[in-house]
Amino acid sequence: MIRLSIPLRQALSRLSLPVLVALAFGTMLIGKADTLLVERARMALSDTLAPIYAVVAEPLGAVRDAVQEAHALWAIRAENLRLREENERLHRWQAAALSLDAENALLRRQLNVIPEAPTSLRTARVVADAGGTYARAVLLALAPGVEIRKGQVALDERGLAGRVTEVGSRSARVLLVTDMNSRIPVTLEGSRARAILSGTNGDNPRLQHWPEGTRPQEGERVVTSAEASVFPAGLPVGTVHWTEGGTAEVQLFAKLDRLDVLRIFDFGLSGILPPESVARPEPRPRR
Amino acid sequence: MAIKGRPEPAPGLLRRLDALARAAFPAATTALLMVLVAAPVGVPSALPAVTLACVFFWSLFRPAAMSPVVCFVLGLLQDLLTFSPLGIGVFTMLVVHGLVLRLRRLLARQSFLLVWLSFAGFAAGAALLGFVLQAVLNWRLPAFWPALVQLVLCVGFYPALAAMLTPLHKAMQRAEDLA
Repeated sequence: MIRLSIPLRQALSRLSLPVLVALAFGTMLIGKADTLLVERARMALSDTLAPIYAVVAEPLGAVRDAVQEAHALWAIRAENLRLREENERLHRWQAAALSLDAENALLRRQLNVIPEAPTSLRTARVVADAGGTYARAVLLALAPGVEIRKGQVALDERGLAGRVTEVGSRSARVLLVTDMNSRIPVTLEGSRARAILSGTNGDNPRLQHWPEGTRPQEGERVVTSAEASVFPAGLPVGTVHWTEGGTAEVQLFAKLDRLDVLRIFDFGLSGILPPESVARPEPRPRR
Repeated sequence: MAIKGRPEPAPGLLRRLDALARAAFPAATTALLMVLVAAPVGVPSALPAVTLACVFFWSLFRPAAMSPVVCFVLGLLQDLLTFSPLGIGVFTMLVVHGLVLRLRRLLARQSFLLVWLSFAGFAAGAALLGFVLQAVLNWRLPAFWPALVQLVLCVGFYPALAAMLTPLHKAMQRAEDLA
């Protein structure tokens, strides 16, 4: 180090400030004159400091995450409050539902509702019209092993179609309600009067034997009756129509001239049929 | 302070390193602080506030370590880190340094509150100087609000910085007394 005399050093130190101030004005001038140089200097400095900033960014990011976490925790309090309130409300609703359920069960007991026996159902494809002894009958193709018994009820997708009269190993014959030999006990839905639906080999079977004084109304719905235990009550059959000649006919819901598929129901009924009836239902096997 | 009657021991390597570290400490910490404050964290930049406070503090309490050259370099660093016209920071720091040196005998013995108040005066002067210089250099009147915000930041930052720097200064003084 160069050793200088104390007065010289003092003079130098006293001089340094004015010189540096002059230099400061010089930098101002340079900054105005050569913006490119200043820009380059700034970029160089930024390039040097970028790694430092990258390192600094890590703890700052951690701090920011912590702050966000704190915000989330604070939000959880509010959320918790809301959920508690909602839970309370839902509990009230649950209580209401449970009481209604109990009340429903009670009312059901009061009404003495007997649940209906479950019905089993087979669907079979219609393969042939007519044939055999009857004018109006269809033949069903059955897969081997499908169990169908005489007397079971056949419905198409709209209403009653007929009854099974003959069962083979791979086929079954269904006597349609329009056949001359068909006699079906029915109920007039409006008046609850019983009647017999008898086929005529025509399109619309006739109504017969309704009680005195309860004349079937035009357009009244006709459903099956449980009388004689052959059909369950309430299967839809058709509507009443009075012809020009004064006979009560039933326009069937089922489209018997266009049968594709029939549903054969087993209601587990064993009705008493006259001995001459072909369609004697066999008792359902005990399960 | 050497003990009387004994010759001062020759400065060894460690001793010299120690002295050098003490001498370089204010400038180095100030530069580091400036770089850290300039880090892009999304808060408004307190860079001029920090620079001014550091320069003021070290010029007042440890002028040997805060020479005019150091002030020049720090001012240049500030100008390069911010995007103000080059030279404003340099000039401001040099002016503050010179004035503080002049008032040093008066200020150094005052309480913290008075020092703070005087610093507020310095900060106001620096803000005004910066405003005027910017207006002259850009030949356009700059916005008034940033200068005011800078001033408030300056005045607000000083106590925290002083609280941080005073123990360091005291520690260095103790070390020098022991040596």
